[in-house]
Amino acid sequence: MRKFLYFFFSLILYLLLVWTLDYQEVLAGIVASLLTAVLFGGYFSYEPNKFLQIHRWFWLLLYIPFFIWECFKANLDVALRVLHPERPINPGIVKIRTTLRSEIGRTFLANSITLTPGTMSVEIEDDNLYIHWIDVRATDLAKASLMIARPFERFLQKIFE
Amino acid sequence: MIETIGWIIIVIGVLFDLLGSLGLVRFPDLYNRMQAATKCVTLGTCGIMVGIFLITGFSSMGIKALICALFILFTMPVAAHALSRSSLIFGVKMWKGTVIDKLGEDKGREQIERDEKA
Repeated sequence: MRKFLYFFFSLILYLLLVWTLDYQEVLAGIVASLLTAVLFGGYFSYEPNKFLQIHRWFWLLLYIPFFIWECFKANLDVALRVLHPERPINPGIVKIRTTLRSEIGRTFLANSITLTPGTMSVEIEDDNLYIHWIDVRATDLAKASLMIARPFERFLQKIFE
Repeated sequence: MIETIGWIIIVIGVLFDLLGSLGLVRFPDLYNRMQAATKCVTLGTCGIMVGIFLITGFSSMGIKALICALFILFTMPVAAHALSRSSLIFGVKMWKGTVIDKLGEDKGREQIERDEKA
């Protein structure tokens, strides 16, 4: 199952990269993806069944525009701080706690945090994430979790848990 | 029409790239610089890629640009995380205006740079 999904995704990636449906290319793609699937498929996903549940894809589709919007806001924020003559930064490292259980969910949370308003994950330890925040507004664990992680967790919980 | 939108997005992307590199110069310590470098450069470069896709359409080049943008989006935060984490472990000091260092408190070694007099 796992290897089949790996094969499927790598074949799609290959076809997108060559962008033709010539039978020779497709054949080469099938051979190459089969080889990679046999060699590396074991490392892929721990719970491959989740790929087949449609509602997860639906939430992922909702998550993408939300994420792009947050990312854009983050960039305007940082750009403003760069251009401001007094350089209004107030940095620090805060600790937050996540409710996500799965590894992949936490990975996505950390990546999303890194790309959005003034925050960057620097360390993950079990449930705790240490976040470098360019403008510290709450040092308290609960409040900081609410401000940084909550908007993403709402989506990621539906996608990965 | 779509081509014009593509060019506008490319220009916005280049502007964000420029701001990101400006932040690299202006911010005081490694961690703040990393913020500017990851965020602005990720959006800027992705913007350029999406602009190329809009101009060339569903051609071989446009699709490759989109895949490129996707891979940048996935790998950039990981790289930033690895760099900042390793520099924290290595003991790179934070700027003296830093407000709080929870990680240092938990690990028992604060890494905020202090003035000599204080």
